[in-house]
Amino acid sequence: MEPLNALVSVSNFMLVPALAYGSQLALGALGITLIFSILRFAHFAHGDTMAIGTAAVIGGTVFLQARGVSIDPLPTALLAVPFGILVLAAYLLATDRLVYRYYRRVKAKPMIFVMASLGVMFVTNGITRLFMGTGESRFEDGQRFIFTVREFREFTGLAEGLALRTSQALTIIVALIAMVVLFWFLNRTRAGKSMRAYSDNEDLALLSGINPERVVTITWVITAILLVLAGTLYGLDKGFRPFNYFQLLLPMFAAAILGGLGSPLGAIVGAYVVAFAEMGITFAWRRVLSYLAPEGMEPSTMMQLLPVDYKFAVTFAILVIVLLFRPTGIFKGKVI
Amino acid sequence: MAEPFLIGDAMTGGYGGADILHSCTIAVDKGEIAVIVGPNGAGKSTAMKAVFGMLKLREGQVRLAGEDITALSPQARVAKGMGFVPQTSNIFPSMSVEENLEMGAFIRADDISETMEQIYELFPILRDKRRQAAGELSGGQRQQVAVGRALMTKPTVLMLDEPTAGVSPIVMDELFDRIIEIARTGISILMVEQNARQALNIADKGYVLVQGENRYTDTGAALLADPDVRKSFLGG
Repeated sequence: MEPLNALVSVSNFMLVPALAYGSQLALGALGITLIFSILRFAHFAHGDTMAIGTAAVIGGTVFLQARGVSIDPLPTALLAVPFGILVLAAYLLATDRLVYRYYRRVKAKPMIFVMASLGVMFVTNGITRLFMGTGESRFEDGQRFIFTVREFREFTGLAEGLALRTSQALTIIVALIAMVVLFWFLNRTRAGKSMRAYSDNEDLALLSGINPERVVTITWVITAILLVLAGTLYGLDKGFRPFNYFQLLLPMFAAAILGGLGSPLGAIVGAYVVAFAEMGITFAWRRVLSYLAPEGMEPSTMMQLLPVDYKFAVTFAILVIVLLFRPTGIFKGKVI
Repeated sequence: MAEPFLIGDAMTGGYGGADILHSCTIAVDKGEIAVIVGPNGAGKSTAMKAVFGMLKLREGQVRLAGEDITALSPQARVAKGMGFVPQTSNIFPSMSVEENLEMGAFIRADDISETMEQIYELFPILRDKRRQAAGELSGGQRQQVAVGRALMTKPTVLMLDEPTAGVSPIVMDELFDRIIEIARTGISILMVEQNARQALNIADKGYVLVQGENRYTDTGAALLADPDVRKSFLGG
């Protein structure tokens, strides 16, 4: 039974949380990769855009809760997601009209776009804090667990337990659906193909009669959908706090670059690699290893490579290593 | 003499700054092949781009079927029935051959399957490779994709900028054969070519440009026979 206990323990404390975290990152990284291939710049406002979209969802959730609307056992926030998407799409399109469109018209260099998005990031961040404050908001309701550690232990009779939270299961399922729909859209629909064509060869796309403004609009709307989903799922899982969302910028970028910028599949793979690396390196392996080690060889230390506070250092290291040794990423994307 | 189907008449202009074209005239009639040849830097590609509206003319006109289209953008000219195959990056490399053709027909709202079938008949190899990414094909096959993409709008004029650049002589002959076939269906062909002798061989009309001006204009056969042209531009 010892290997089984080790497996359950590692699943409970690392694999399941990392899978959920990776799914949240993947949705965000997909947005980064799409914006990079269509608008051709690194969107630094990504984390804070995710925050403001989530703030809209929280607003909607509070409104619905006050009116007694509930879809128990599922969280009410799911009902507010469409509202959040609408708000965020409007916000992103307004930003595009006010800021980015001018730079497209004057054919500004990518670096200027990046700096503009940095400005958008600060403004967005300010707006979010104005409405939400800087503290943490929890908006998870409904049934918290699909099964708890105790239920699992009683059911299996193992020493170790495994819990599955509703938000984790929901994250994995919703992310999977969103990815399948996105791939279907990009590969099967006319609008999706025109986006790929525009990303492949801008001049030829123009010659073929593809309207770049339309492609850009679709890209922002898809980004809004992905970010609201990612932000809501992350918030249900770990609580909403504007600063944490800003910090997600690093792992999301690391995921997109590791997978290969411009490659949607790469963004997903990269996101899971980043998530598992962050969790794996900051995980205390003592308990798991004590099940696997032979009698008398059990580890006496925590067997933790880095404290949890350093998880962004792991991501940063991944980013640096990728940029040094394989700047195109796993799936041969573009180089920044 | 009747007005040719497409004419860039006495075109003068450049990419801002000094003029590259000086009162240069290029014309092609229905179902004909017109070839622009000349030494490096003679403004061959520029002349073609001017006809397609990719640079601003200071003087002169472009007329298609008698209509003045000088002020139209390249995209608007595509809608009017002009197809253009650029010299480089003329395909969508990460998309499949079939998707390349679909994107070529983006402005069409009607059923495109028949046109696609015609292109697969013209270039049978593309049918075999239709699910493959266009960027993975050989140089000659990529050129076929590029030409096929431009044909998807059912253009009346097809403009090719050095279609045989960088392909082997065998593939070049093959491409020229296909171009003749396209012209036989009534589509006018205007192309710029580096391989002057072979191109003039299939040309109804040849334009020899030097420094942005028309130097010699005649039928392809007459230019090939002209001792001056042979000596200066065809290597004897």
